[in-house]
Amino acid sequence: MAKAPTKATVARHSQQIAVSSGLTKRQRRDTWLGLAFVSPWLVGFLVFTIYPVIASLYFSFTDYNVVSDPRWIGFRNYTDLFSDPLFGETLYNTLYLAVLGIPFSLILSLLIAMLLNNKLKLQGMFRTVYFLPSVVPAVAAALLWRWFLNPDYGPINEVLWQVGINGPGWLSDPRWAKPALILASLWGVGGSMVIYLAGLQNVPTPLYESAHLDGANAWQRFRFVTLPMLSPVILFNLVMGIITSFQSFTNIYIMTGGGPSNSTMVYALYLYQNAFQFFRMGYASAMAWVLLLITAVALIAIFRTSGWVHYESRS
Amino acid sequence: MTSGRWLQYLLIYAVLIIGALFFLTPFAWMVSTSLKTGAQVFAIPPRWIPAPVMWSNYSRLMTEIPFRRYLGNTVLVTVTSVVFYVGSSAVVAYGFSRIKWPGREVLFYCLLATMVLPPQVTLIPQFVMFQKLGWVGTFLPLIVPALTGSAFAVFLLRQFYGSIPEEISDSARIDGASEWQIFMRIILPLARPALATASLFIFIWTWTDFLNPLIYLTDDRLYTLAVGLQQLSSTRSAAWPLLMAGSLLMSLPIILLFFFAQKTFIQGVSTSGLKG
Repeated sequence: MAKAPTKATVARHSQQIAVSSGLTKRQRRDTWLGLAFVSPWLVGFLVFTIYPVIASLYFSFTDYNVVSDPRWIGFRNYTDLFSDPLFGETLYNTLYLAVLGIPFSLILSLLIAMLLNNKLKLQGMFRTVYFLPSVVPAVAAALLWRWFLNPDYGPINEVLWQVGINGPGWLSDPRWAKPALILASLWGVGGSMVIYLAGLQNVPTPLYESAHLDGANAWQRFRFVTLPMLSPVILFNLVMGIITSFQSFTNIYIMTGGGPSNSTMVYALYLYQNAFQFFRMGYASAMAWVLLLITAVALIAIFRTSGWVHYESRS
Repeated sequence: MTSGRWLQYLLIYAVLIIGALFFLTPFAWMVSTSLKTGAQVFAIPPRWIPAPVMWSNYSRLMTEIPFRRYLGNTVLVTVTSVVFYVGSSAVVAYGFSRIKWPGREVLFYCLLATMVLPPQVTLIPQFVMFQKLGWVGTFLPLIVPALTGSAFAVFLLRQFYGSIPEEISDSARIDGASEWQIFMRIILPLARPALATASLFIFIWTWTDFLNPLIYLTDDRLYTLAVGLQQLSSTRSAAWPLLMAGSLLMSLPIILLFFFAQKTFIQGVSTSGLKG
């Protein structure tokens, strides 16, 4: 006990010396150095994020066509949005594609990942085959599927015809256009499959072994070992799925352009049209802010209800 | 092996092979269409094997649309972007991981937050800004922002720098090296694998990017492949063999890149997503 205070005083003393002489100088130098290193990003952050976010919020309260100056109109863009029937339709279409498309893609990619996680001959080849479509440029993939789904000259309806089914018009039939887009998007599940594969490889084998010893069958091992261990990865894929699906643009712009009769007019596409075809920049900015809000609400809801996600206690 | 296991493996292979066919068929259709004559394209029922095989579609692609020019533009924009993005991100990541300073954490969270912000929010003011600068209709809006780094690449590189022992930097500091020298001579060479992964991803993003070129490239002589092919599809509806040939050629560099850098690629996909 007698030594402790002296040690503490010595420590405090030397700290004071350090503060009054070397360290602050070094700290100040490090601060400038750190800022200097991150300055390219910092400038970009201010110019390409902070300023645009503020400007976008301002534009959303104006009538602005780029040529003449923005004119303040208060909440009119927002109230106009909610009386714009097309806005409701684009929201519905976007949610339809998300609510149906995301679960399909999550389940399909998990199934493929589990199959490919087995020790197999030609494992590498199989993985490549399933992953490859997801690296095909969106433009090329969209052009390909537009032609692949052609009701008269495309192979899908030919196959259907051979088993006695008269295939639908796919992209030209308002009832089938959205399912057709989902079908085409499933071709690219390779990206989330790879993430699942990585997750599966992190599941410790002893867990399976002890489950096996406890007499758990294959389904029980999946339900009580694989699923909980994989839940952080499922959450990640779900969040990414929501973000990308709310923003999906390129494939739909090229495959349907929003048609037939607006059945695939999705949020990002309508926003693009308002901004860059009709030059209603204020209206489009209001749409962007509504999208930001919807995304935020969806993500908060998901994280709030993510009790099913099992985190390993970090040792 | 027990017979039960055999059956299980047989089933797995069967499912995988059927699945693989589904995943490969669209590719085969793309190749097949790219080699058809205009008349065969519209044959009912669709034909899989083109007869005659029109290799000339590929040379027609070069003469009927300015394919070489589009390719050149795409290469120019992509290579510049990769160099700018990776170079600046490497510097920024150093400031976020190897130097301790107050405010570092807060700014890093800002950087992470930008990854979730819908690009639509910043898109319009950025367009207005570039419009006022007179940059719309040039490559500048596509490549200048790359100088400020990519949040994704900064994140990836910062993770990697963190795994390099601090002692290496410390001994260099004792020898009188400046932070810049340590960065250039020690950290950067060690970070080569991470730089390769970041380059790979940014290459693919800019090579395949559609929205930005669509908005900013108003002059068709500056079109990249993505915009050029899309334009071809909307102006000449019957150009399917050419379109498929073009799509295949546009996909080729990425598919090749994937084959040669498969390991880096898959590691990148899985680590970028998971180690948060």
